[in-house]
Order: sequence, then C-alpha cells, then structure tokens
Amino acid sequence: MSDIPPKPVPNAVARAWDSDIAWSFRHSPLAIIAALVSVVIILAAVFAPWIAPHDPFNPASLNLMDGFTPPMEPNQFTGNVYWLGTDNQGRDVFSTILYGARISLFVGFMAVMFAMVLGISLGLIAGYRGGWVDSLLMRVADVQLTFPSILLALLIFGVARGFIPPAYRDAMAIWVLIVAIGLSDWVQYARVVRGATMVEKSKEYVQAARVIGAHPVKILIRHILPNVMGPVLVIATIGLALAIIAEATLSFLGVGVPPTQPSLGTLIRIGQGFLFSGEWWILLFPSITLLALALSVNLLGDWLRDALNPRLR
Amino acid sequence: MSDVLLSVEGLTRRFDVSKPWLNRVIEREELQFLTATADVSFEIRKGETFALVGESGSGKSTIAKMIVGLLEPSDGMIRFDGKVMDFASGAAMRALRRRFQMIFQDPFASLNPRWRVGDIIAEPIRTFGLLRGAEIGREVGRLLDLVGLSANDAEKFPHEFSGGQRQRIAIARALSSKPEFIVCDEPTSALDVSVQAQILNLMRDLQDEFGLTYLLISHDLSVVRHMANRIGVLYLGRLVEVAEAKRLFVEPQHPYTRMLLDAVPDLALSGRRRTPVTGEIPNPINPPPGCAFHPRCPHVMDICRQKIPAPRSTATGTAACYLVSGQTENVAG
Amino acid sequence: MAAPLLSVRDLVVEFPTRRGVLRALDKVSFDIAEGEVLGMVGESGAGKSLTGAAIIGLLEPPGRIAGGEIWLRGERIDNFSPEKMRRIRGRRIGMVFQDPLTSLNPLYTVAQQLIETIRTHMEVSEKEARTRAVALLDRVGIPAAARRIDDYPHHFSGGMRQRVVIALALAAEPELVIADEPTTALDVSVQAQIIDVLKEICAERGASVMLITHDMGVIAETADRVAVLYAGRMAEIGPVRDVIQAAEHPYTIGLMGSIPTLTQTADRLTQIPGAMPRLNAIPRGCAFNPRCKDVYNRCLVERPELIAREGGRHVACWLYEPVKEAFNV
Repeated sequence: MSDIPPKPVPNAVARAWDSDIAWSFRHSPLAIIAALVSVVIILAAVFAPWIAPHDPFNPASLNLMDGFTPPMEPNQFTGNVYWLGTDNQGRDVFSTILYGARISLFVGFMAVMFAMVLGISLGLIAGYRGGWVDSLLMRVADVQLTFPSILLALLIFGVARGFIPPAYRDAMAIWVLIVAIGLSDWVQYARVVRGATMVEKSKEYVQAARVIGAHPVKILIRHILPNVMGPVLVIATIGLALAIIAEATLSFLGVGVPPTQPSLGTLIRIGQGFLFSGEWWILLFPSITLLALALSVNLLGDWLRDALNPRLR
Repeated sequence: MSDVLLSVEGLTRRFDVSKPWLNRVIEREELQFLTATADVSFEIRKGETFALVGESGSGKSTIAKMIVGLLEPSDGMIRFDGKVMDFASGAAMRALRRRFQMIFQDPFASLNPRWRVGDIIAEPIRTFGLLRGAEIGREVGRLLDLVGLSANDAEKFPHEFSGGQRQRIAIARALSSKPEFIVCDEPTSALDVSVQAQILNLMRDLQDEFGLTYLLISHDLSVVRHMANRIGVLYLGRLVEVAEAKRLFVEPQHPYTRMLLDAVPDLALSGRRRTPVTGEIPNPINPPPGCAFHPRCPHVMDICRQKIPAPRSTATGTAACYLVSGQTENVAG
Repeated sequence: MAAPLLSVRDLVVEFPTRRGVLRALDKVSFDIAEGEVLGMVGESGAGKSLTGAAIIGLLEPPGRIAGGEIWLRGERIDNFSPEKMRRIRGRRIGMVFQDPLTSLNPLYTVAQQLIETIRTHMEVSEKEARTRAVALLDRVGIPAAARRIDDYPHHFSGGMRQRVVIALALAAEPELVIADEPTTALDVSVQAQIIDVLKEICAERGASVMLITHDMGVIAETADRVAVLYAGRMAEIGPVRDVIQAAEHPYTIGLMGSIPTLTQTADRLTQIPGAMPRLNAIPRGCAFNPRCKDVYNRCLVERPELIAREGGRHVACWLYEPVKEAFNV
C-alpha cells in the first residue's frame, strides 16, 4: 500500500520520547517534581551505605556523648556537627533516615510485588475462567474488603509471629511484614485485573488465538496480561505509597520491623518520645522524609492514571 | 459426498440467560434459555463460498463460532472432511485445527495491540510448529506481500495501520497455517465501501489462488450476492431457505427472503415497486410458536402458527415454508 | 430559486493537537433548500458528521470552527453564543443520532421527554403538549401510542426507539432535521421502515433534512441532492440521480463502482487503490491525487475549487475546468 508516504523508522529512544505518555510527563510540572523527589529519595536509600556519613548500626562507631546534638550545631562535649542532629544514642539522624528509607522502600516494593503477583494471577484466572471459580475468588475478596487493611495486616502479622519460633522472630520480621501488607492488598489488583480480563477475553484477538487452539495459559500470559497492565501499574504506584505508609504505621505501632533495623516508621515512633523534651529533630526529619516520599509517589500514580486514561487526554 | 468439506447436522445452541441464582429464588422465576441456533443443517462443498445471511438475532455468528470451536454446540454435529469435530479431544483436533481459520469483523479488535504485526501473523505458524527460526520471518514477509502489504510492515504495531490494512493483516494471519477452509464473520462490515471492495477482491483472488473454501457470515445481501455460490438465509436461529446464489435473488422462495430483498435500498434507482416491510424481529427468548416468521408473513396460514415447517426442496434449493410444498399453491412466480 | 434554508460557506473546522492543528473540514460550502433532503456521504473520517455537529454547534472540544459562515434562513448562526445556539437546537434544527439508546434519557418516560421538549419550545399547556406527543408518536408508527407513551425507552425495541427519537426531533416543528446515520444501528428490514417514516413526516411538515450516512443505497432512496465529502473537502454535489448514475469526480466514480449491488454480475468490484489520507497527511493540491487514475501535474500542486456543471452540479476536479482561453483566442 503506497498511500501513506514511508516515514523514517525512528529508533526506540526517539519513539519513547515522542510517545503520548512522555509528552504528558514533559507537560506536567507536578509529575516532574514528584518524579525528581522520588528518584532522589530512592537513590539515596539504595546507596545509603556509600552516602551516609556514619553507620548508625555499628555500635563501635557510636559515641553516647554525641547524643541529642541539635541540627547544624556543634555538640557541647565533642564539638561534632551533624546536619540533622543526633538521637539519644548519638546516631546521626541523617544516616538513620537513609537506612530507614531503605528498609521502608524495600518492604514497600516487596509488599507491592507480592500483592501484584497474587492479585494479577487470581484476577486473570477469575476473569478468564468465570463461573464458580470467579464467584468464589470474588466473594473472598469482598469479605476481605470489609476489614480495614491495616487491621488485617495486624492480624496476619500477629498470627505469623505466633507460628515463628522466638529465635527467628527478628530475622523474619521484615518478611512477615511484607507478606502481611501484601496479603491485605491483593484484592484491588485482583478486581481490576479480573474486570479488564473479562473485557479483553471477549475481544476478537483472543478468539483468534483460541481458534488455533493456543493453550489458555499462553493466551493469559502473552495476550491478555500485556493488555491489562496499564491500570495495574497505576494501582501499583499508588499502592507503593500506601504500602510504605502501612509499614510505617505498623512499625509505629511497634509490630513492624525490630528497632535494630529501624524503618522510617520505627524512627518516628522513637522520635515521638523526645518531642516534648525539646529534641524535635529526632521526630521531624524522618516524618518529613516519609511525607515527601509517600506524597511524591502518590502524585506520580495520580499523574500516571490520568496520562493512561485516553478520555482525559 | 466426497466433495463436501464441511457438513452441519441439527446444530443447536442454547444460552442460559437466567438471572443469578439468588434472584431466581427470591423472584420465583424459572431458568430462561435463549435458543440462538435451532436445528440447523447444511453442507459446504470444497472450493465454494457458502454464505449465511440474517439480521441480528438470527444466530449466524453463533453458528460460525461453533464451527471453529469457540462455542460448544448444545446439540447436533459438525463434520469436517468426513471427520466429526470434537473439540474436547486435544490431539485429534490439533491436526484438524490447522486446516480451518477465521477472519473476524472488527480489525481494530482482532489484532493484539501490544504485538508486532510479524508476531501476530506468525502466531499460528508457531502454535502449530510449522516452521522455525529465520524461515518464519521469510514466510511472514511472503504473506504480507500476498495481501498487498510490504515485508517491512512486520516490524510495526497494528495502530500504525488503517482499518483496511488491518483486515489485510488479519487475512495474512488466517492464511499462515495454510488452511483449506476459512470462516469469515462479517469481514467487511466495519470497513468503508471503497476499502470493502479491496478486501472482497482480495478474498476472491486468494480463493482462486489457493482453492479456499469460505463460509461467509454477513447481514449485507449485496456483499453476499457478490461473493457467494450458495446462500443460507437465517431467521431467529433457523435456516429458512438455502439456494444457489444466482437464483435466490431472482426467485426467492421463502416469504422472509422476499421481504429481506425488498428491504435493501435500491441503488439502481429503478423505481421498482416494493411491498412495504412490516414488523420487527421478535425477542429470541420467546419466539412465536410454529414458524417464527408467521407474525410478519403476508401469507400466514393456520398451520404456520402451530407447527414449525421442515425444509422442503424447491426449484432453487430448500425452503422451510408450507407454501412451497406441492399441495399448497405456488406463489413463487 | 428562493433563498436557501441553510447555507454553509467555506466552513473550516480545526482540531488543535499537540502535533499541530488538524483541519477536519476544509472550506466546505453547500446549501439546503426549503423542504429538500440533502444526503451527505463520505467514508469514516471524511467529516460528514462533523459538518452536522458544526451546524448545530455541538463540536466536541478541542474542535472549533476556524473559518467560514453558517446561515439559517438569512441569519448567521455560527457565531451565536452557546445559550442562543441551545435555543435553536430542537426548536429550529432537530437532530436524530445513530444510536437511539444514547439520545433518549433512560430515566424518563417517553411522555416526559416529549412533553418537556414541546413545552420548552412552544407555549402550550401540559395537556395540549401531551395530545401533540401522542399524535406525533402515532404518526411515526408506534402502535397504541396513547398507552405506550408512558413507557421508558428500554421498553421499546431498537426500531421503535428510533421512531421515538424521530418524534422527539420533530416535536417542536423544526425547519431543518439533521439525521446522523439514523439507520446504521438497525437491521435492514427495520432500516427501510425508519427511512420511510423520516422521509414522509419531514415532507409533510415541510422540514428540510440533512441526511448523513455512509450508505449510498439509503441516499439513493431518500435524498434529492447528494454531497460527497472526501478528506474534509467537498468532492462533488448535485442531484442524486445524476451523481449516482453518472458521477463525475474520479472519487465518486470509484466509490460508486466499489459498491456491490443486488443486480450487478461483474466478477470483481472496481477498487480505488489505497485509503483516504489521515488528517495529518493530506497531500498538497487535490486531496485525492495519490489514488486518482486521471491525475496530472496540476492536481499535485493546486487544489481544485467546486466547478459548476450542468444541472446544478458542482465538481471539485481540474478535469472539468472550462477551457475559456481556447475560445477567446
């Protein structure tokens, strides 16, 4: 067909830069700022051992004399200056935030992954098979939705702790936390994927694959999955912010990660004890970091949802 | 018998359209069934184009889906090249599946938007393991060339093509397993007329080149007239008339066929007198008893309201109408 | 000839997008006379529905009228405020859309919708409006109209719903009815009935009709004149019989040849190669030039305007340019 003049085939980078989603990103200052903040925090967390001026978990490098140093002021005994001050044990708050964000992000990412894999699989099966499998899975989901997810995570966390021998509790705490948050969160992925699967499965490209006898698993993974990932990515981004907050909440309540590996939530819990004695920085800086991280990831998710929605374009 | 490629006997499909179980219990309602296709029998000969025409609710797409195994028949039997099709038995069906293919109505929905055109066309080749490695790419290029596109198009995504070009891609995919029989479900109803002509001509050319047999499903009588050798007319899930294409349009036997022909807008501006069409298609959940067409039929008799007429042979084929039997008056002239 | 009811002059509709401004209608001009049925045909994307939407002031943003004029009975309406336009819609210009389901509000009975429309535009009592509504439904062929008027839209079948929509469009006795693909969603046997009703009732009330459709058969049976759009430009306009039986624009000729009919016997359909260009890739000169078999140099550089032909026809094609110079020498 010669009606459309042959266009030069652009390379992958040019194509991505020119895509609608990239264009939408370039024209959304909020998305750019949110992305910058997220990337800075994530990079800082990932490279914490190389960036952090101190190792807050190495007792050898801690000096109790450094305790309660206010930000940007020399310590009255040692004369050391810390950007964001120190806590009661003389740990550099800036370094603990870097390490804490590392834990928070790790738990958040893993929990979202876990919820995604579980939710997508069950959603695909429910949507594609239909019938009683669908009814059963969706009723379970409905029942689970009637509980607040933080309550559910508490429950799962509590039950899991009961099964794990005390010797392993601290080591396993992070993993138990990930499973607890993930399990309380799979429902929304399953629902969205199920709905999208039901739409996609009736489309003719799926029927074309069925006519040639392609295996259902292959149809689900190669045909349907790529076409339902759009909305899933949106939920996953917003879900990451929620998971980070859930982790912080659990850790704040004292059922999360142990104080030997503090996350942002743990730091906030520790910090609030010093708020009224005047050491405000121990609470304030971890809180700001958590807020900035959750907010920017959430804004990014909102932008992604709008950008992927063809009706708002 | 030897030249029959596909035969369908007493094909019936019922859909459960009942409300959910809980609603039924509370509202004390019975199970409800919709009979989309009832007792349909026909044969398709090798190398011909057999068309099924009908309006919405006639069950034409249901028949197409049962033949390619997308739906299971509630009753009846489909034979392909003498072998009874049983979609439950995987191994036996694998060999049969390669020999038939389907072209769909909507070229915007029938190609996976996330796949490259080359992968779309190669899917049947890979699924049936017909070729491997670089041979697949060459074959895809050859197929694209065959349907009037260029081999470079394999790298592109479906959204880069117009509706007509997408339908060409769908045809290339259907041809890739070298089938003998292709079910074409409204292949041009989503296309503009000038593009429709290109696709119909292409389907013709491919049929001549590869000796393909087509089952053409359409609501458009002029498309059917142009493409088919034989035509089956469906009304509310039943086959009311089967005839040679050339004769159906000149001597329609069933009153419904006649009404349908009269309803087609006349492009020739011949000013021919037409009987005005009356009534609408009844709800298929509660079809009228007897001949389903009787409420709209100008020649209705008592027996039409009571008993479903069986197909009888006519000068041009068969028709399921009491008027065409020897005893009753022949109104066909 | 008397002044036309509707006159569209050099109408330009544009859609600003991030890749530049798309010109969806490019200098489209036509008239509709009193009581006339004008068919508007074209492939999808040719701009036929946009023309209708532009006239009634219902262009989907960001689309906008970027040039030209629309005159309704000597009054320029394209620059009316939305509020003024709203009063014209329904009262002076009625509309029938493709999908009867979306043009009726599912939450109100047919009676409520009809009576409201009648009373919005005419000073009549509730009772009087109801009588009119029943008469109207009866006229469009709804059996037992007096009883069925209190039903909700979903109680009607597709064909009956489209009859209700026609009744609604004609409720305020408009001068012009714009029918956008009124039968596309319907079965052939129902389509014929709807076309008949629309044609009869408009003729009775002296309303002009702009019938937008892709179906040449419907045009042939209904319209007095037909306008053929291609890539947002008028290709040919003229009396329906002339255009269908002896098309002049190469595109119309190809289009007519590509339609299979119940009587033709040719083995192959005439086909126009290629497809209509997308709006962002309309070629220079005549938009049809890449697909035209009679193309010559001029078509590639200069766009043809509508050229008047015999019998009130107009064709936008250089092949029909009168050769003045030859006679003057």
